[in-house]
Amino acid sequence: MKFIHYLERISGISVYPMISLLLFFAFFSFLLWYAWSAPKRLMDYGADLPNSDENV
Amino acid sequence: MQLDQFSYDNKIVRNFAYATILWGIVGMTVGLLVALQLVFPALNFNLPYTTFGRIRPLHTNAVIFAFVGNGIFTGVYYSLQRLLKTRMWSDTLSRLNFWGWQFIIVCAAISLLMGFTTGKEYAELEWPIDILITLVWVVFGWNLFATILVRRERHLYVGVWFYIATFVTVAMLHVVNSFELPVSFMKSYSWYAGVQDALVQWWYGHNAVAFFLTTPYLGLMYYFVPKAANRPVYSYRLSIIHFWALIFLYIWAGPHHLLYSALPDWAQSLGTVFSVMLIAPSWGGMINGLLTLRGAWDKVRESVVLKFMVVAITAYGMSTFEGPMLSLKNVNAIAHFTDWVVAHVHVGALGWNGFLTFGMLYWLYPKLFKTQLYSTRLANVHFWLGTLGIVFYAVPMYWSGFTQSLMWKEFTEDGMLRYPNFLETVTQLMPMYALRALGGTIYLAGVVIMAYNLVKTAKQGAAVEDEAAEAPALVKAYQPHQNEHWHRWIERRPVQMLVLSLVVVAIGGVFELVPTFLIKSNIPTISSVKPYTPLELQGRDIYIREGCYNCHSQLVRPFRSETERYGEYSKAGEYVYDHPFQWGSKRTGPDLMRLGGKYPDSWHYNHMDDPTTMSPGSIMPAYPWLIDNTLDVAGTPAKIAAMRTLGVPYPNGYENKSIADLNQQAKAISNRLAKEKIEVDSDKEIVALIAYLQRLGTDIKGSKTAQK
Repeated sequence: MKFIHYLERISGISVYPMISLLLFFAFFSFLLWYAWSAPKRLMDYGADLPNSDENV
Repeated sequence: MQLDQFSYDNKIVRNFAYATILWGIVGMTVGLLVALQLVFPALNFNLPYTTFGRIRPLHTNAVIFAFVGNGIFTGVYYSLQRLLKTRMWSDTLSRLNFWGWQFIIVCAAISLLMGFTTGKEYAELEWPIDILITLVWVVFGWNLFATILVRRERHLYVGVWFYIATFVTVAMLHVVNSFELPVSFMKSYSWYAGVQDALVQWWYGHNAVAFFLTTPYLGLMYYFVPKAANRPVYSYRLSIIHFWALIFLYIWAGPHHLLYSALPDWAQSLGTVFSVMLIAPSWGGMINGLLTLRGAWDKVRESVVLKFMVVAITAYGMSTFEGPMLSLKNVNAIAHFTDWVVAHVHVGALGWNGFLTFGMLYWLYPKLFKTQLYSTRLANVHFWLGTLGIVFYAVPMYWSGFTQSLMWKEFTEDGMLRYPNFLETVTQLMPMYALRALGGTIYLAGVVIMAYNLVKTAKQGAAVEDEAAEAPALVKAYQPHQNEHWHRWIERRPVQMLVLSLVVVAIGGVFELVPTFLIKSNIPTISSVKPYTPLELQGRDIYIREGCYNCHSQLVRPFRSETERYGEYSKAGEYVYDHPFQWGSKRTGPDLMRLGGKYPDSWHYNHMDDPTTMSPGSIMPAYPWLIDNTLDVAGTPAKIAAMRTLGVPYPNGYENKSIADLNQQAKAISNRLAKEKIEVDSDKEIVALIAYLQRLGTDIKGSKTAQK
């Protein structure tokens, strides 16, 4: 396999960065909703995990 | 409730901790040597094994993969067991991980000094070692995952997510960037060429910073800071956002290392935008780490562990602010190729990685040896030495970076370069280089004091190799509570976590890399660009072997200050036969893109023998062995054949003719040298190197300057 130019050209390469930005925007919006919708009980439980080990 | 009795494996943690300290001292001492070589070139010792070009990769590899690498394993092996309330799945795999990693480090050190290198920064190790790294990394991942699968704590803490993402992404980066075609034992050519190689390399290089120096250490931060402060992490919600946003964004940012280069513009812009956005999750993480200490700031005064951690997190904040700034094209135009980048990297390395490691070790040793720290006073001395060391390192390097850049770009009123001789811009920096070496010495002194302190701590205590613990067994048939949040779908399922992490990091990689590989219009071909002759190819391999790329770039940016100094700016199509690319990232010496034809052969001969004869005051090492060493001609046909496999259009069967062509060109060069009263046999390495240097950049220079 040779990694050199398979296609002659592609028009509108600028669509790539735009898709990238939209992808991130969608991902980040979902992420915000995901984090903020989490129940407090679960978050507190998670936050306390490092110190929940009495052996140390 | 039935409690399982088990034990934590502390022995493996202790071994990794010792290795961290040992390689830390070794790597930093080598770093100090590198710094001193710039001030006192005599410290290159006129030996191939000790020249800057070989020692500098040894330093970077040692501190990244040996010091920080062992630091990662120390922290992961300690915290993972406790966060999952289970012993590591297999002691044998743990030991294999430990000894395998140390073996790789030793192989790396020896091979780099011997000149075996792929010529790609931070990925210099040759193919047999690349395979070893893959194997040991799989052992680590296997042990990590098997331990997660037999855990006694259902919820996976955010620190463990960072470990999982580290494992999977480093594996992906290493495999993709290490695609290379072996030519012989310890010699290979990168599968990619020129611009594509540069893009893959900096996708790797940038994300090695992200997923080797950052994400595992963030995992450690999320465990050890709450532990040392005895408080829960400030916001678990923020840590979720921090994790996913960070791994998503980081992977796109690689092209910011290639601004104003021959990389297509859209890819450069993509890298810039994502780099700027990266500040948000990075600072989210920093804030989360620092605010974990809210209401407990008084403890920072008392606890040397917390002091180290607070400075570490602050350094993380500073360098992740600076990173996005450096990714802006206007800032990058000033900073790139200068010591500014060296300063930036060391604020991260010395501050973030170094100080977090030290804080972790000071916290761990008393726990591992069931005793008190031998001397808190010495630890405080270390803290202040370390902090001063960072300041004495960073400030001169920022100063030097600005000075360099301003001198490179300054014009006289008549429109001529104010400092046309590059060397002037180097000798100007000597006081700063000396101060930097002082900073490094102070920092290293602190680390030596820490080693003494920790060894004494270990001696006064008694090692607990298997620490007894108990925890309730995990109920196999888990019944979720009613209305249970679907968060648990991912946060309790490690395999989903692994797959999702891979998908998230792969998206960026695919979008960034694929178009450049597929589209011809991205890399315009130039008809006058021809493959290297066999002799030039051999010369290029010597250039790579001696690590010339550590100080010399081969990339003229489209600025008037650069075209005036070096000549026509670089085009993507000029690099299509460069396996690997040699753009470099730092100009301690001038750019070499258009070196061909600039000086006579005799100049190069004398300059390589002793640079100060041609450039008085030069700090470049001498390469006298190139004049004595006989070129290994026998390997030429294999190299030509390998290049053809990679797509370089040598005619079929050309390898059989290659040695004759090589000899003919070598003879011509030695004859030219003889006319200039330099007697040298045509089979010496210097002849091949001269052939390569005289070829550089001449393809599009035209016949006027191509051959003098």
